[in-house]
Amino acid sequence: MTSLNTHSDPIILEMRSITKEFPGVKALSEVSLRVKAGEIHAICGENGAGKSTLMKVLSGVYPFGTYTGDIVYQSQVQEFKDIRASEAAGIVIIHQELALIPELSIMENIFLGNEPTKRGVINWAEARLRSTELLARVGLREDPDTPIKEIGVGKQQLVEIAKALNKSVKLLILDEPTAALNESDSQHLLDLMLGLKGRGITSIIISHKLNEIEQIADEITIIRDGKAIETLNVKADGVDEDRIIKGMVGRTLESRFPDHEPKIGDVLFEVKDWNVGHPQIQDRLVCKNSSFFVRRGEIVGFAGLMGAGRTELARSVFGRSYGRYLSGHVYKDGKELQLKSVRQAIDAGLGYVTEDRKSLGLNLLDDIKATTVSANLRKISKHYVVDADKEFSVAEEYRKSLRTKAPSVEEGVAKLSGGNQQKVVLAKWMFTDPDVLILDEPTRGIDVGAKYEIYGIIQKLANEGKAVIVISSELPELLGLSDRIYTIFEGAITGVLNKGEASQESLMKLMTSTRKTASPSGTIQELAELPGNKD
Amino acid sequence: MNALKKLFGGNTRQFGMIFALVALIVFFEIFTEGRTLTSGNVINLFNGNSYILILAIGMVLVIIAGHIDLSVGSVAAFVGVCVSLFIRDWGVPWYIGVLLGLGLGVLIGAWQGFWVAYVGIPAFIVTLSGMLIFRGANQFVGKSNTIPVPGDFQYIGSGYLPEFGPSTGYNNPTMLIGLLAVAFVIFSEIRSRRKANALGAEVPEAWVMVLKLVLICGAILYATYLFATGRPGTSFPVPGLILAVLILVYGFISSKTVIGRHIYAVGGNRHAAELSGVQSKKVNFLVMMNMSLLAGLAGMIFVGRSTASGPFDGVGWELDAIAAVFIGGAAVTGGVGTVIGSIIGGLVMAVLNNGLQLLGVGADLTQIIKGLVLLIAVAFDVYNKTQGKKSIIGLMMKNFSRSNEIKADETTSTKEVISTGA
Repeated sequence: MTSLNTHSDPIILEMRSITKEFPGVKALSEVSLRVKAGEIHAICGENGAGKSTLMKVLSGVYPFGTYTGDIVYQSQVQEFKDIRASEAAGIVIIHQELALIPELSIMENIFLGNEPTKRGVINWAEARLRSTELLARVGLREDPDTPIKEIGVGKQQLVEIAKALNKSVKLLILDEPTAALNESDSQHLLDLMLGLKGRGITSIIISHKLNEIEQIADEITIIRDGKAIETLNVKADGVDEDRIIKGMVGRTLESRFPDHEPKIGDVLFEVKDWNVGHPQIQDRLVCKNSSFFVRRGEIVGFAGLMGAGRTELARSVFGRSYGRYLSGHVYKDGKELQLKSVRQAIDAGLGYVTEDRKSLGLNLLDDIKATTVSANLRKISKHYVVDADKEFSVAEEYRKSLRTKAPSVEEGVAKLSGGNQQKVVLAKWMFTDPDVLILDEPTRGIDVGAKYEIYGIIQKLANEGKAVIVISSELPELLGLSDRIYTIFEGAITGVLNKGEASQESLMKLMTSTRKTASPSGTIQELAELPGNKD
Repeated sequence: MNALKKLFGGNTRQFGMIFALVALIVFFEIFTEGRTLTSGNVINLFNGNSYILILAIGMVLVIIAGHIDLSVGSVAAFVGVCVSLFIRDWGVPWYIGVLLGLGLGVLIGAWQGFWVAYVGIPAFIVTLSGMLIFRGANQFVGKSNTIPVPGDFQYIGSGYLPEFGPSTGYNNPTMLIGLLAVAFVIFSEIRSRRKANALGAEVPEAWVMVLKLVLICGAILYATYLFATGRPGTSFPVPGLILAVLILVYGFISSKTVIGRHIYAVGGNRHAAELSGVQSKKVNFLVMMNMSLLAGLAGMIFVGRSTASGPFDGVGWELDAIAAVFIGGAAVTGGVGTVIGSIIGGLVMAVLNNGLQLLGVGADLTQIIKGLVLLIAVAFDVYNKTQGKKSIIGLMMKNFSRSNEIKADETTSTKEVISTGA
């Protein structure tokens, strides 16, 4: 490597036509990215656009050879075979889920895998000296011996950065660094990034919080559907949030939805003043004073970015299966319901199709018929004995009516494609005959054809007079399917738009703004004291 | 072959284990010069292993639900000593003693189930603690003495069926049981085939069914013959009968009832089960409670067989039961396993033990061999899973089975359907 060249070249990183395919999916197609030395470069895009995949290619998580295209870093074509190789070159990625060991101390975490040794024995004196210095650089005033689990997420994030600095990082990649942080921690982190920039460290930041990006980024590359759409220079192009949103959602709506005439009736399901605490973190709320209602025959969408609290809201309503219930009321047909367990929720006529099919929705060891009846075994059993014939015929009926593609209902669900798995899950909930059906990311990981069919099923359920709630990260999907859309940001409902008035831009604005956010921290403390906060 | 597989739970390892069991029996029959398949030896084998097999029934449910129970040997010993004392010191009749013993098992199980299900302590820890507690309790209550039990109590551990009816030269009740078993197997097979036909599910060809029935019924009849022709006064042993009833009952519970489904659901994916309305805590509680109930029963049968309760009853039983379950096709991660598979796994170990004894192999080598069998049985399965291949036995059987080729065609066409449709 010619070091002279490195200094004179303002481009530290160039990714040239990167294409990365997973079985059946093209996650990245011909993406190119140029990052100038010493700048903060933001990457924006919707969930699933390919941002994280691109960073994984860069950092060697997906090693050389599993993608096509070139990574030119410091004027050299790089062939990283793992993360260690990219770190040796000075590229450090800090993931959204922090990679720290909670039981170890700050110091031990900083030097994990990189311990200063003297004849094979760790030199803790040196480690302590260096960690104190590193902590000062990131502005973290903590004893290096404090266990990681005793400091908050914001400080943990700083430890990650200190760890990266210790590896003499030249290019720092932060994936959603402020997603889990509160405002003051976020601000501190952003200031730190500007400070690092002053020291000549280049950063790439992935974030959904567009105001932050606007504040610190020099350039922004927008990725959409696995393609790099454009690169904007914040100062020269006068970029603001609206401009970024336009780039992010700029695709045209195809006619991907079956025709549907909604037959909307009275309010069937209503949730009022819903407050739920985080299952582990004492004073953090995942739902803040949320109120919403759904009418008979109505499809209501919930829009929000990942981690905004959509799933948390749905699951806490569905028999308190997530978080610590603090306060709030659920009504069906005007009557208040007590839903303390999933069983009660199902018996009261609720159904919840989970976001993550494989880890929450399905027992992958089961076959189609066992899955279909698994939420309503009572209906096919007599004296607690399952009637295998009824099970078979029920499953067969749904297989035919939903057109699930499988050789028989005795096929294991693990062998089915995503779309067919989702149909089996839908069948399972349809068999419980719910009045209120909540669908969390019903079409994630499903191809377009199967999506269309699933939209049809959802609309049919609404036509039967059910109240349907659809949670989705895909705005076009929500816009195409819903009669009304609520937006959620940081656990609070920030707005509701009717079908006619909603657009991707207006939704995105509500999904990324703190407008109308809930109560000051004082109430949070009070709420946490209420009984029933033990999980 | 698929039909046979289906009968035994459709699990490759289990299916392999049936062949391994048959092969072992044949091997020992040859090398012990016919001393394996004699009435006396087979009766002995059942008498001496029924309590382990009973434990395996409870253990497989625990393991399917994703837990483990290390306390069964100690619980069995504790219940055994308590029942012996009830009978000797309180003078209760033997059947009341048995009922009290079962009640005690339920109480102990409720204790362990409470910690596992409602407090959320891993079963490994709870039952490790139970192993110490109840071993100590056994020695404390019995003052580390041997406590004899009366002859009528011994009946449940070493009794035989009474003789009645015409003198046929065989034990009549044993013959009756054997014939009933054959009738039951044939009846249920024909019934399920009819039902499957009526529902339009795929059924194996007729000759497969006939072959299967011939094999199973032949095995039952041969076993009946062995049990019925022992020395006078012997028959199918009472513990064997208890075991048979338990296999039927628990086989039914695990595969046909709501609670059975829930056990598999909790073990397979606890979160998915909970989000489908399964009360996983209740399931875990019941499974742990049931295990101690069966451990109590096993303890009493053992006391009955050995005519007295002692301070070292049941040492190491938990490991035999766990080994039986894993050889029988259960998965460490839960969600997989069958009652019948675990029984077969237990029989493999029992036959191995018995045959090596007959051959005069010492206890030292026997343990080494048993350890290796456990390791190889599970390693084989794990290897096959990672390689995505069929078992060696499955590959060997390929040539024998016409239906296999058809099966292959079906799967490819299915894939096409899925990919074109998707």
